[in-house]
Amino acid sequence: MEILYSIVVAPFVDMWTSPVFFSEVVISGVLTGVMYSLVALGFVLIFKASGVFNFAQGAMVLFAALTLVGLMEHGVPVWLALILTMLVMVALAIAIERLMLRPLVNQEHIILFMATIGLTFFLEGLGELMWGSNVKMLDVGIPSESFEVGGILLNEFDLYAAAIGAALVTVLAVFFHKTSVGRALRAVADDHQAALSVGIPLKTIWIIVWSVAGIVAMVAGIMWGAKSGVQFSLSLIALKALPVLILGGFTSVPGAIVGGLIIGVGEKVAEIYWGPLVGGAIENWFAYMLALAFLLFRPQGLFGERIIERV
Amino acid sequence: MFYRESGQFKSSYVADQAIFPIAQDRWFIFAVLAVAYLVVPIVANEYWLQAVIIPFLVFAMAAIGLNLLTGYAGQLSLGTGAFMAVGAYATYKLVTMFPELNVIAAFLISGLIAAGVGVVFGIPSLRIKGFYLAVATLAAQFFLSWLFNKVGWFYNYNPSGTITAPPRMMAGIMVTGPEATAAVRYLVALTLVAVFALAAKNLVRGRIGRSWMAIRDMDIAAEIIGIRPFQTKLLAFAISSFYCGVAGAMTLFLWLGSAETEAFNIDVSFQVLFMVIIGGLGSILGSFLGAAFITLVPVFLTNAPQMFGITMATDLQKHLEVMIFGGLIIYFLIVEPHGFARLWQIAKEKLRRWPFPY
Repeated sequence: MEILYSIVVAPFVDMWTSPVFFSEVVISGVLTGVMYSLVALGFVLIFKASGVFNFAQGAMVLFAALTLVGLMEHGVPVWLALILTMLVMVALAIAIERLMLRPLVNQEHIILFMATIGLTFFLEGLGELMWGSNVKMLDVGIPSESFEVGGILLNEFDLYAAAIGAALVTVLAVFFHKTSVGRALRAVADDHQAALSVGIPLKTIWIIVWSVAGIVAMVAGIMWGAKSGVQFSLSLIALKALPVLILGGFTSVPGAIVGGLIIGVGEKVAEIYWGPLVGGAIENWFAYMLALAFLLFRPQGLFGERIIERV
Repeated sequence: MFYRESGQFKSSYVADQAIFPIAQDRWFIFAVLAVAYLVVPIVANEYWLQAVIIPFLVFAMAAIGLNLLTGYAGQLSLGTGAFMAVGAYATYKLVTMFPELNVIAAFLISGLIAAGVGVVFGIPSLRIKGFYLAVATLAAQFFLSWLFNKVGWFYNYNPSGTITAPPRMMAGIMVTGPEATAAVRYLVALTLVAVFALAAKNLVRGRIGRSWMAIRDMDIAAEIIGIRPFQTKLLAFAISSFYCGVAGAMTLFLWLGSAETEAFNIDVSFQVLFMVIIGGLGSILGSFLGAAFITLVPVFLTNAPQMFGITMATDLQKHLEVMIFGGLIIYFLIVEPHGFARLWQIAKEKLRRWPFPY
């Protein structure tokens, strides 16, 4: 009875009696969720346009952050380092398309997935080979003062992160829906062969998508790197983004955002209110279980395209 | 000229349905087994057995398990490491709770326990497919390793959190624990792998294997011809997890001697998946070839600079190793997406016609 009470009732009583603390937890969850979304966004972009489940997204985040920090350590000013990193990511996209995707065209999804895991190893090795494996601090001039609003403690940095995330999503949405390249991207995502037959160059589209994903990875790398230092564990946030991805649906940009928020808030609330009951550190797997629970009701994720199967 | 079936007449259905219908294949297998049982324990030294051959056998076992699930039944899983952990921890608990229990019996019972856990985590497979399922199996990976770390009962409240294989005898010979020689452990592992590989080979050509393949190729169509998808998929999860569980028990008892949950982390899951894909999806032989490749390449890469007389800083070498490993995987996928098993098939076709080109 007591156990039942501590699981079912006590956490809600806690939430009700100290609403300020609860809203702090929720807000910090939302802000972490935005960071997850940033990583998940890169996955969605590539999956939509080429059907590749790009496991290397996390490694791309690490690689971009390492490149940026490495350049800045060599005395390159921030704005120039940003542009150079962007160019590096575009070059990487071209190399991936040429050397990896083109020879593997028309292969099964699982083969392409494996190839991206190979790419993960390659990028992690390359990044650390070029820039060393020490933890580096990344400072691009985002302020991180804490302040209070209505008794709730907020960090300026998290707000900037949320703002940048929102801006990125808006830009991507406009890019996808208003430009001709965006329209071509959506056509490719819909049907490769039909897109080819109306004259959309598939290879160029893939390069563009991988470049955009690379730049999204760079933004995610900057935010995560500024928050917790640039180090090897940065590539592991890919594992944090995966539940976001299946929750929102592999093919949906809004899904990545909403999924990120649900996972971020759910994870924080569960860790703080239910975590102590089972010994804590449940953040690692809770997101997966949450996503799994959603999937049982919607197998394609919240916003994913309906899976239609025919014989 | 040497490899062809002409002149080998079958006079009974039993002969026609043999696992290796061609005499040369049979001899080849017998020869490999003879070498493995008689020559390897004498020739190989402690280092080779411990660092290369035993890990190869352990991973071959896990790869067969995953191949049954992914290659034959078509269910992508990234939870192999977790199921191996279940096997290792279950064997550890069984052996410490019942000291009289035969080690091999403990292996098999913990295989069954792993199978039960596999079934639980396989339940979502009925509704979730493809990459969604792959990510969902990661839930097993993270949840189980958290569980084994948090609950002291699993590691007997050992303050260091590690589990250690206790010394156990079998027929008067030390088979596990620090005093067991590498050669003995090798022979036990070899026997297990040989028996279970044979079982898997038989399994996949019978009714169960065929229903798995039907589910893999198109589950709706399979359902229409009368295969129950739920039972079939769960059976695939159960048997695959059984193999992985035994592989995990082998990891602890016959290879490492002591381990933490870190020994069964997500990297292990990926490694086994690499073996299955590089070896060839849907091929038992491929599991062995893939396991050999993935265990040998890192050993080779670590020793290669010394062989060529190059010296370099250790961290530089480590990064280069990772890079080359990743590059090699991409290269092999591009050259032969169907894996080593396919190369073997092509070689066999060529051998049959040799010395004629076609």
